[in-house]
Amino acid sequence: MAIECPCHEGLHIFEDHFYPEIIDPDSGRVLPEGQEGELVLTTLSKWAMPMIRYRTRDITALVPGACGCGRSLRRMRRIGRRSDDMLIIRGVNVYPSQIEAVLLEVEGTLPHYQIILTREHGLDQVEVQVEVTAQVFSDRVGALEALEERLADTLERVLGIRIAITLVEPQTIQRSEGKAKRVIDKRGQT
Amino acid sequence: MKIQQLSIFAENKPGHIAAPCRLLADNCIDIRALSVADTQHFGILRIIVSDPNQATKVLEAAGYVVKPTEVLAVEVEDRPGGLARILSAFERTAINIEYMYAFPFGHGERAVLIFRFDDPDAAAQALQSAGVNVLAKNELFNR
Ligand SMILES: [Zn+2]
Repeated sequence: MAIECPCHEGLHIFEDHFYPEIIDPDSGRVLPEGQEGELVLTTLSKWAMPMIRYRTRDITALVPGACGCGRSLRRMRRIGRRSDDMLIIRGVNVYPSQIEAVLLEVEGTLPHYQIILTREHGLDQVEVQVEVTAQVFSDRVGALEALEERLADTLERVLGIRIAITLVEPQTIQRSEGKAKRVIDKRGQT
Repeated sequence: MKIQQLSIFAENKPGHIAAPCRLLADNCIDIRALSVADTQHFGILRIIVSDPNQATKVLEAAGYVVKPTEVLAVEVEDRPGGLARILSAFERTAINIEYMYAFPFGHGERAVLIFRFDDPDAAAQALQSAGVNVLAKNELFNR
């Protein structure tokens, strides 16, 4: 439904077959060009199985302006996240994939982790528990505190909110079928 | 002269320091010295054991993260100024102590200090040239 051109500045959408819209996943309102939201598609040429304003759950944005390649078909950014993963924390949209990218960047490999959401005094609290690996472990307290600090700082830079980091022992985060459950949302309980 | 210390990551919760120690005891591994450095959230258990290779195997098999580090053991003389003499050896050479801990030795009449340095070789040299007795591993376990 879209393809990249040699300019590598987004994917040209086959607008003769698809009508794209970007909406706010919460309100359903259509967002202006350039703003990030959920991609909604309507097919224009399908007879047997048409889609009308189909919500893809993919988070992207339409790229404003004309492309250097000369094609006039509108472009969208490459899809990185899905709206059904999205967490809203203190009014900020947070995707687990963003947290995962920071853990990978700071530690070099992806550790097992879990995002725990609670509510205290009416405010969302987030804690990311990260299993300590042999690669990052040190016999010096300062080195581990510096790691916690670096994780929290990088997350704050990416997400815009401060998140508490807790280092936990290996094999302590529950796994189901080998994969850890990434998000524990306890906000409904408190 | 350098002695291998093992460090183990532990959460700061009841029983989390005791569990790896019990595991080593069950495997007949003698813990000669032990120290815990802790923060609000986590602790680092540092131990000196009779068989560090076997201890590492046993601990890692149980899921612990273990890190070996080289440390120096120094016996403190049982007379006035014993400790001061050791510490002044570092002042002269600007050698940095990352951390240290003590444990009783002999029949509890003497003490051994364990030092963790950035550069254990340079530190050992500085201590010896200051006339401080740096203990070998067998001296730590055979007395
Ligand atoms: Zn183009």
